[in-house]
Amino acid sequence: MLNFIDTVGEAVAGIKDGSTVMIGGFGNAGQPFELIDALLDGGATDLTVVNNNAGQGDQGLALLIKEGRVKKMICSFPRQSDSWHFDAKYRAGEVELELVPQGNLAERIRAAGAGIGGFFTPTGYGTMLAEGKETRYLDGKWQVFETPIHADVALIKALTADGKGNLVYRKTARNFGPIMAAAAKHTIVQVSEIVPTGSLDPETIVTPGIYVNSIVRIDSSGAAAAGKTEQVA
Amino acid sequence: MSIQSNSAAGSQTGIHAGIRATIQASDQPLGRDDLARLVARDIAPGSFVNLGIGQPTLVSNYLAPEQNITLHTENGMLGMGPEATGDQIDGDLINAGKIPVTELPGASYFHHADSFAIMRGGHLDICVLGAFQVSATGDLANWHTGAPDAIPAVGGAMDLATGAKDVFVMMTLLTRDGASKLVEACTYPLTGIGCVTRVYTDKAVFLTGPDGVQVRETFGCTLEELQDMVPVPLRAANVDAS
Repeated sequence: MLNFIDTVGEAVAGIKDGSTVMIGGFGNAGQPFELIDALLDGGATDLTVVNNNAGQGDQGLALLIKEGRVKKMICSFPRQSDSWHFDAKYRAGEVELELVPQGNLAERIRAAGAGIGGFFTPTGYGTMLAEGKETRYLDGKWQVFETPIHADVALIKALTADGKGNLVYRKTARNFGPIMAAAAKHTIVQVSEIVPTGSLDPETIVTPGIYVNSIVRIDSSGAAAAGKTEQVA
Repeated sequence: MSIQSNSAAGSQTGIHAGIRATIQASDQPLGRDDLARLVARDIAPGSFVNLGIGQPTLVSNYLAPEQNITLHTENGMLGMGPEATGDQIDGDLINAGKIPVTELPGASYFHHADSFAIMRGGHLDICVLGAFQVSATGDLANWHTGAPDAIPAVGGAMDLATGAKDVFVMMTLLTRDGASKLVEACTYPLTGIGCVTRVYTDKAVFLTGPDGVQVRETFGCTLEELQDMVPVPLRAANVDAS
């Protein structure tokens, strides 16, 4: 069931304590800041958050971590020059970290959306990130068994939605959006424009509307202008 | 400065355990930019390449248009152009280091699982990475010092190391304390096993593989002087010097 929602607050209102929440974005590109801010205002806590990073600077995911609302991060690259809120919480033992090679993170999310129970990959074989995991010699290589990552909710950002919930993204802000939309039970999308059904070329749609549950329009979202005002570290 | 470029760039095929003297290509150690220029020259025309964060990114400054190299960035793009400046800066168009970049004609965007399938499926010809240590058989350690207070971050390093057809490492040969980063066995946590095919350093270019380490060329030292710095047996590579 697809809903077009007026405010980000209403969009995230159903997120419960203890939820696993996927948040799109690679660094700040594609990060749904307004939805994250609404989640912060909404009060849900004990969250497990899946994102490539663990927040940057004093905005978005970084603030959710700072406020102690995240009990566990599943990510590939938490440590950055401006990841001070995560760093502090991690060093204080107040946030758990599951560190996942980025390709495994993407493929585990994809697997969840595609109904795959797990897969073998050579990535990480023989490293500390594969310790304790099942291994097999397949196709002439040692490979490690990896399991899907499911989520209760995905918060993602796209450029444009149509009336069917079909999505188009913008440049490298696409990143985790399409696979998170498929992996979560409930996908909430912020877009910068909603266009009439039939006005997007079906050949160019990246995420079909079947994966989308809630859409909220944010004026600045996804536009080049927004990118210019967000200084990227 | 005369640098011999290996004609078999992108593959170790054709490199044999030669006994000829290693080419002393320069009478001084190479600076970072000279090293980047050398790596760029060794990339075969038409290659699909991923350049890691940090020193490897410098390589892009020296790729010639006629090489027709396509750069991949892990966050979902082929055909990445130079770093963006001024009005070109767009927060939706960044590289793996989160630096704003540009797109070249023929660029394409794709989601993260497709981007990593490009690496993991063996479609990239070369990736160039930095390293803390490389072992004689090409094991790579470049993501974590293992220090108790360090916050580990791996990103795409393990996927690149395992998936690219050739893995080139760029690093200084010695640590600040003078210890060799080319080692018998890595003491830092591993990124991948037996994955590195070449190591470009300020003092020499090494070819690594199951049969041990060959030296393709040296900069500012002889093979004997190099051997005194490196705790693994070295032999001269039989390079194509034509």
